[in-house]
Amino acid sequence: MSTTTTQPPAPGPGMGSPRINLRSGTLPRRFPAALLASCAAVVAGVLLAFSSFGFLLWGVLTAVAYVVIAVTASARVEGGRKAKDRLVTSIVYMCFLLAMLPLASVLWTVFTNGMNRLDIYFLSVSMNGVLPSMDAGGAYHAIVGTLAITGMATLISVPIGVMTAVYLVEYAQGRMKQLLMFFVDVMTGIPSIVAGLFVVALWMVLFGPGHTNGAAGAIALAVLMIPVVVRSSEEMLRLVPQDLREAAYALGVPRWRTITKVVLPTSAAGLTTGIMLAIARVIGETAPLILTAGTSAVSINWNLFDGQMMNLPVFIYSQVRMGGAINYERAWAAALTLILVVMLLFFLARMIGGLFAPKAR
Amino acid sequence: MTTTDAPETAPPSSGKRRIGDVAFAGLARGSGILILLILAGVAAFLIVQAWPSLAANTANFLTTMAWEPNVREDPAFGVAALAFGTVLAAAIALLLATPVAIGIALFIVFYAPRRLASLLGYMVDLLAAIPSVVYGLWGIGFLAPQLVPVYQAMARYLGWIPLFSGPASTSARTILTASVVLAVMVLPIITAMSRDVFRQTPQGHREAALAMGATRWEMIQLAVLPFGKSGVIGGAMLGLGRALGETMAVAMILSPALVVSWDLLQSGNQTIAAHIALQYPEATGYGVSALIAAGLVLFAITLVVNMGARYVVARGNKESR
Amino acid sequence: MAKRIDVSGLHVYYGDFLAVADVSMTIEPRSVTAFIGSSGCGKSTFLRALNRMHEVTPGARAEGKVLLDDLDIYAPGVDPVMVRTEVGMVFQKANPFPTMSIYDNVIAGARLNNRRMSKSEADDLVEGSLRGANLWEEVKDRLNKPGAGLSGGQQQRLCIARATAVKPSVLLMDEPCSALDPISTLAIEDLIHELKEDYTIVIVTHNMQQAARVSDRTAFFNLSAPGKPGQLIEMGETNQIFTRPEKKETENYITGRFG
Repeated sequence: MSTTTTQPPAPGPGMGSPRINLRSGTLPRRFPAALLASCAAVVAGVLLAFSSFGFLLWGVLTAVAYVVIAVTASARVEGGRKAKDRLVTSIVYMCFLLAMLPLASVLWTVFTNGMNRLDIYFLSVSMNGVLPSMDAGGAYHAIVGTLAITGMATLISVPIGVMTAVYLVEYAQGRMKQLLMFFVDVMTGIPSIVAGLFVVALWMVLFGPGHTNGAAGAIALAVLMIPVVVRSSEEMLRLVPQDLREAAYALGVPRWRTITKVVLPTSAAGLTTGIMLAIARVIGETAPLILTAGTSAVSINWNLFDGQMMNLPVFIYSQVRMGGAINYERAWAAALTLILVVMLLFFLARMIGGLFAPKAR
Repeated sequence: MTTTDAPETAPPSSGKRRIGDVAFAGLARGSGILILLILAGVAAFLIVQAWPSLAANTANFLTTMAWEPNVREDPAFGVAALAFGTVLAAAIALLLATPVAIGIALFIVFYAPRRLASLLGYMVDLLAAIPSVVYGLWGIGFLAPQLVPVYQAMARYLGWIPLFSGPASTSARTILTASVVLAVMVLPIITAMSRDVFRQTPQGHREAALAMGATRWEMIQLAVLPFGKSGVIGGAMLGLGRALGETMAVAMILSPALVVSWDLLQSGNQTIAAHIALQYPEATGYGVSALIAAGLVLFAITLVVNMGARYVVARGNKESR
Repeated sequence: MAKRIDVSGLHVYYGDFLAVADVSMTIEPRSVTAFIGSSGCGKSTFLRALNRMHEVTPGARAEGKVLLDDLDIYAPGVDPVMVRTEVGMVFQKANPFPTMSIYDNVIAGARLNNRRMSKSEADDLVEGSLRGANLWEEVKDRLNKPGAGLSGGQQQRLCIARATAVKPSVLLMDEPCSALDPISTLAIEDLIHELKEDYTIVIVTHNMQQAARVSDRTAFFNLSAPGKPGQLIEMGETNQIFTRPEKKETENYITGRFG
């Protein structure tokens, strides 16, 4: 065991013993790194010897070996308090790695499985006239639907969301402000399926039963998107320094001019970032679209107000429901497409946010 | 609902600046009021459309487990089994996710190398960017097959614990698998909230703990955790709200049955959200109305949980100031 | 218990920025040493380097030697946690833990080292520390009330009690009275007089009258120019520094003619 790395016998820092030596029992600075490396090597060796090497098993066993040895060594050399500190440090690192595991796994499985079928053909044809089990067809109609539905949802939610944020930051006071902020928070928590049901109920009242179309889906997404836009825009507007507003007022510029010519342009980058993140969030929404835009459209439909409209998330879902091998291949390919779109939005948003960060301060 | 907000009225001449101000303020205020109307509309339309089926229901809606609304004569349905499944799945997810999320938040704020901290935090945020349908696909296409042997082993060695009694499902499409995926999905929510409150721990309290000779963990125990408690609880409740309403992961992974079962390793149970998504395409008769009634229950539960979360967080903020 | 501090050639950096350059001094045990100087001259930074608290700030590091009696606190393998149990610190803003009672605040540090302290031991330690901080009579009937309910001066004395409960040999005080009213300040100054029987005390202060009142020796820090590192200009008996300083800069500062 690696307890050979110890230093002079520890006079135990506990129990009020005379603390003459500040150095009393400290493991070398490089001890954790060295121990981790040797644990990893030894575990890998043992696993290979039994020819049962797997990355997950290797990681888990290395972590266990490291924690056990490090904590025991620390307890003997440095005393209980430091051992506990090291234990918590290891646990906290492992929590993070544990969270990275599903992230890496999801991205990896989607990438490897999706690449089987993701090509120009898949992106450029619909499922029109393709039997579910045929080795043909693609997701073009779903991409069209996703663009149309999310586009309309964005057009609805951005004006409402940004104007509400303007109201909250520039105008609202007292009870009304608190009430509105509270209900925006509440709205953030509406389950997406409930937003879908809301539009179903609304459509039944307006048009009678059995009407599914892209516009219904867009409204449902807008319900989910508005509070996100409000919260992020509100944050950005609050970052605009007060003296900028006062400078404009001092020049005799009316308030609404100040807002449209000074406040909004100053926070434009931040607003854009927030809106893009909001789009990234709703573009993968599935449940409300199952209820509102339908699950069975196979052909290209650019008309939001006429008939069912396929989209990427629902395409993935309905292919999985069909359950054949070819269906799963299509689902993975569509999932890869969707993830690429979301990641692109995510990174672009961060880049815009980073590049054009508020110059004030 | 197709309100189109005209971005700006015509640019006023200098004499009409008051009108411009009034119009713009009205537009801003109108948007705020519109949001309140939408929220009220959600509740109102759900209630109106749920009413016919509830009135025609021949069984007790809250205590019945069966779901037979798809007929015009004597529909009988209830949310008992669904509500149980919803709460069970979300509770397990929360139990799994909260400790890990606290660990991650501590890692990012106090342990990670400073240069990397924001990058690593951003990677945790990426977990929230993955669409739920992709999680569902991953759960059924990758995770569940991996878990089959794990569940077999758990049933064999931990079967004496009632929750883990066998025989374990051979497809692993069980409530536990769904909960694991839900846990991954709520992880970034709880982490983000905890991270924020941990970061706000007053410098003075942290230094006071360190100056009296506390180790890093002792400093966290003395100064950070007591301070951040309400934020963590609030974050966990927000995560709970998300887990309660999450549809796709459960709808795609779980092999459902309308029963009340504590056997986590066997198929069975169902959540409200997943039930709605699965049943909606086939709903006839009172079917849609009954699903809307179920949705109303889900809406009420999440509303209570979310309002509770906001209350806890707001109170914590007030106390610590 | 009180220990001598010997600093030789200490530099403190924040990242690439040299904040304090080449300070050497001896701090006598059982005495009060005051650090004076204008804002930003590095006296607080230097103080924090005496118990390695500067390491809490990201990017901060120190080079040089700080001997506590004959042990270098910057020697390799020395544990900053152990250093801080030997060298306690009181901050500018009183910072009792808000969720803890007065009793728990006092005992917090001592508990870390000795978890199995008996109830009577703990009671004795709390009473002793609070008496030592001249706070016992004022709080003995409400030990279980939160510490945040006390007045500013009482909170600061509570923090002193909390620091002394760990039984350090040195107490560092970073402008401990700057947020207090004159009466509370007087109470703390009296307390410092009593504490120097048992501890080595170092106090950073902006208030020259305070330095003159409480300290035995005074060190004057200054910047040679804005943006340049802080330096120790002069150190000596408080009386001598305030009446016949050797350096022109010290005299300018003492008499109110800066730079």
